[in-house]
Amino acid sequence: MLNRDEDILKAAEDWHKGGHGVALATVVETWGSAPRPVGSNLVINDEGTFLGSVSGGCVEGAVVTEALDVISSGQPKMLEFGVADETAWNVGLSCGGTIRVFVEKVG
Amino acid sequence: MQLSTLAELNAERAARRPAVLVTDVASGEQRLVKAAAIARDPLSDELAKHLRMGKSGMVEVNGKRLFLNVYAPTAKLVIVGAVHISQALAPIAKSLGYDVTVVDPRTAFASPERFPDVPLIAEWPDVALPPLNVDHYTAFVALTHDPKIDDPALLHAFSRDCFYIGALGSRKTHAKRHDRLRAQGASDADIARIHAPIGLAIGAVSPSEIAVSIMAEITATLRLPAKEKEQAA
Repeated sequence: MLNRDEDILKAAEDWHKGGHGVALATVVETWGSAPRPVGSNLVINDEGTFLGSVSGGCVEGAVVTEALDVISSGQPKMLEFGVADETAWNVGLSCGGTIRVFVEKVG
Repeated sequence: MQLSTLAELNAERAARRPAVLVTDVASGEQRLVKAAAIARDPLSDELAKHLRMGKSGMVEVNGKRLFLNVYAPTAKLVIVGAVHISQALAPIAKSLGYDVTVVDPRTAFASPERFPDVPLIAEWPDVALPPLNVDHYTAFVALTHDPKIDDPALLHAFSRDCFYIGALGSRKTHAKRHDRLRAQGASDADIARIHAPIGLAIGAVSPSEIAVSIMAEITATLRLPAKEKEQAA
């Protein structure tokens, strides 16, 4: 029942109304130790400004980059980050968990 | 997500009404189910379960993978009585994610020294409570032991459909309270909603232990399905 993301989703709405391209990223699955629970949101606009989080800051950079793609293509994407994944060593979930993040365009 | 869906979701949240966003993660298809519409939704069982637990998650329905994102208001705890138990209760409730407010017209009790980091209102319930927008996502406890303060506070809680109402006092004290509240127009059904003696029976002795038993009872009321709730009480 606890939800502290109110201003984040409001910001997404406001950005869109202000003429920005906006994407919404949501943690949809986690395995092992993950810093942010399922349902956590990160919102990104076409200038690369973001609010909220999907991890402890480890993978936000990569999510923002993918989100910019989603804003221009309009196609949703499922991203996965984890230690079993080669790229995760670069992007890095230091906690050792795995997370799946759904990224979609707003509007 | 459609802008209209996002705007609708934000409106529900601003009004402190829960909603569940259902997303087909393969197609991106989406719909928002407001709390009031859950009962007649094809996914009603899953939606109700996720909402009760306040837990988002993936479900599989007819071969489709659907993500249910639960957006529920932040729970509030209103503590009437800036007493010793409240000093222990406020930080426990905060650590569980509740927005906590303490109300007590007695300024000797309601002092920032006794309650650092907790919003404190040193006013009588009739002044302090209306602006707090006490609602269904509020747990409400009356701990002053003083009928002048507790009784009007409880009457306010009855009118606001709080998910939990508790009041400090023995069975004897509560029997007297029952008579007083009845005389002030409360129904037996209203009065029956009060958890009294307050808290789960864990043999609590110290103020901190009583705070734990209160918080455990609030958690049980929030999370357990109705049937198991009766067993815990």
